[in-house]
Amino acid sequence: MTNSILSDKRLRLFYTAWWLIWMLLQYIILRQINIDVLHAITDSIISNALLALCCFFISNNMKYYRPRQEKYWYILVVSLTVSFLWILAQQGVMWMIFKEGDNYNEVIRASWGIRFGAGFLLISSMSMFSLLWYSQQEQKESDSRQTEVERLSKEAELFKLRQQLQPHFLFNSLNSISALTGSDPEKARHMIHQLSDFLRGTLKKDEQQWNTLEEELQYLQLYLEIEKVRFGHRLQTEIIYKDEILSLKLPALLLQPVVENAIKFGLYDTIGEVMIRLEAIADGNNLKIIIQNPFDPETSQPLKGTGFGLSSIQRRLFLLFARHDLLKTGKDNNQFITTIVIPQINESQLMKKDLTQTEIQDWLSKEINDRIIYKVNQSIDKSFNK
Amino acid sequence: MKVIIIDDEPLARSIVKEYLQSKSDVELVAECNDGFEGIKAIQQHQPDLIFLDIQMPKINGFEMLELIEEPPAVIFTTAFDEFAIKAFESNAVDYLLKPFSKERFDKAIQKYLQHSDITSTQKVIEAASQTPAQQNRVVVKDGNKIKIIPVAKINYLEAADDYVKIVTTEGTFLKKRTMNFFEESLSAFQFIRVHRSYIVNTQLITRIDPYEKDGHLLLLTTGAKLPVSKAGYAKLKEMLGI
Repeated sequence: MTNSILSDKRLRLFYTAWWLIWMLLQYIILRQINIDVLHAITDSIISNALLALCCFFISNNMKYYRPRQEKYWYILVVSLTVSFLWILAQQGVMWMIFKEGDNYNEVIRASWGIRFGAGFLLISSMSMFSLLWYSQQEQKESDSRQTEVERLSKEAELFKLRQQLQPHFLFNSLNSISALTGSDPEKARHMIHQLSDFLRGTLKKDEQQWNTLEEELQYLQLYLEIEKVRFGHRLQTEIIYKDEILSLKLPALLLQPVVENAIKFGLYDTIGEVMIRLEAIADGNNLKIIIQNPFDPETSQPLKGTGFGLSSIQRRLFLLFARHDLLKTGKDNNQFITTIVIPQINESQLMKKDLTQTEIQDWLSKEINDRIIYKVNQSIDKSFNK
Repeated sequence: MKVIIIDDEPLARSIVKEYLQSKSDVELVAECNDGFEGIKAIQQHQPDLIFLDIQMPKINGFEMLELIEEPPAVIFTTAFDEFAIKAFESNAVDYLLKPFSKERFDKAIQKYLQHSDITSTQKVIEAASQTPAQQNRVVVKDGNKIKIIPVAKINYLEAADDYVKIVTTEGTFLKKRTMNFFEESLSAFQFIRVHRSYIVNTQLITRIDPYEKDGHLLLLTTGAKLPVSKAGYAKLKEMLGI
C-alpha cells in the first residue's frame, strides 16, 4: 500500500509546525484589529485545528481516490465543499463557546468571507499537494515493480542456460561413452555424434522459435537414443502420430524437457522395464501431445499442481499464450499422463506476407511482450480494485 | 577383497568392472541394478567395499545404506549432484565424479586400502538423511520387504527403546533412529512432538481433551489416542493458533 504523507516523521513535524504558524498569524491579525487576548487565542486555535482536520481528511481522501486525467474539477468541487463545511463547523463551535450576547460572534459572522477564502486556499493547496505526492508514490511503486519484473526475467534466463547444459544428463552420457571406448569403440563414436548433434540442437535453438512437429520429433529421437544407450533394455519408447500432422508447429525445445521429466519419473519411481509413450494428435485448431510414463501410486507423493519439472513448461506456455490450462496432468492406474495443448498460431498472419524467419521471431516476441504487459496490467488493476 | 557394484546404468557398471580388472586381489562378487538387489547381495556376500551410485530407482544409494545393519565401506560413483556431494564429501571413503579416469579410480582404491574404516559410513548415512530427496519419505524394512513411506502417510511416531515405531494406516514399522532425529526432520511437515514418546501428524488431529491434572489427550481421525505433555500442549497451541 502507498505510504501516507504523514507516515514520514519529518513531514509530520512540518505539518504540525505549519499549523502552529497559522495559529500565530491569525492571533496577530486579530490582535491588530483590537480583539482581546482570550477571544483571539480561542478563535485562532479552534479555526486552525478544524482546518487542519479538514486538510488531513482531504489528503487521506486523495490516498484512496485520485482523479484521473481530465477530472481535475473534482479537486475544486471537493475543496469547495470541505471549505464550506469547515466554515459552518467553525461558526457553530465559536457560537457554542461564546454564547449569545457576546459581540465577538458578530465579528466572526462578519468575517466569514475572508475566512472562507483563506480556508479554501489552504484546503485546495493541500489537495493538490496530496495528489502530486500520491501520484509520485504510485510511480515509484510501478518503477520498483518494473525492476522486479526485469530481475525475474534475468533469473529465468540464467536458469534456462543452466538447464540447457543439463549437467546430470551430460556427465552420465560422457560416462557411458567412456565405458564404450573400451568395449565398443564404434558405438562410442556413434554416441559422441549423437550427443554432439543433441547439444548443438540445444544451443542453436532459440526458445522463441517455432518448429514443425517433425523437426522436434527428430531432435527428441536423438535424446531418446542417448538415454537408451544409458539405461539399456530398461527404457522403451513408443511414439505415435499420423504423417499429416508433422507440419503442425510447436515452440522449440518444449517437448524434450517434458519427455525427460517423464523418463526420470518413470525410471526412478519403478523397477524393471519402463515404457514411455508419446502420442501427437491434431485436436481442432490445436496440436495435442499426450505423454505417458509409469509411476508407483503407493510411494509417489500426491503431486501438487503439476509436479516439479513441469512447472517451467507451464511457465513457458503461459508466457507464450497467456493461458494456464494448456498443460494438464492426470493418473490412470499406474500411468502418469501429461497432456500439452499447443494452439496453432494463425498461419495467415505468419505466412501470407512471406515473412522471413527474423520477422516471424520479431512478431512472436512482440506478441509475447504484449501478452505479458496485458497480464501485468491486469494484475495491477486487480491490486487497485482491492 | 570382495567388491560389489551397484548402479542402474549398465555401462556405468562396466567401466568400474573394467578398471577393477587390473587389480589382482579384488574379487567382484556381484553387480546390482538397484538398491533392492544391492541389499540382498550385501547380505549374501558381506563385501569389504561397494561402489554405489546415488540416484537409482525407488530407493537411492543413501536409503539403501540405511537399511543395512553393518554397511561396508563405500565409494560413491555419481554424476554432478550438488546436494549429494555436500552431504557426503567429508565422510565417504571417496567419491568418484562420472566420468572418472583410471588414475582417479586407483587413487580412490588406494585411499580405501590406507584407512578402511567403515565407521565413517554411518556418518555418511546421517548426513545424507538431511538431503531434500530423503526428507519427504522414510524407508523401512518390514521383514524381508522394503517399504517406502511417504511422510504424509505417517499417523504418528512412538518411542520404543533404541527404535522408533512409525505408525501408518497400513501398519506399524520400526526404524533405528532417535525421537530427536524425527522431531527435527519432520518439523517441516507439520509434525509436532507432543510428548517425550510421541510425535504426531497434526493434520490428523480431531480433538484435544483435558486429561488428568496437567495433561491433555489427543484424538486422531484414525481413532488413536495420544497423551500430550504440558510442553507439548504449548507447542500444539502455538501451531494451531489457539
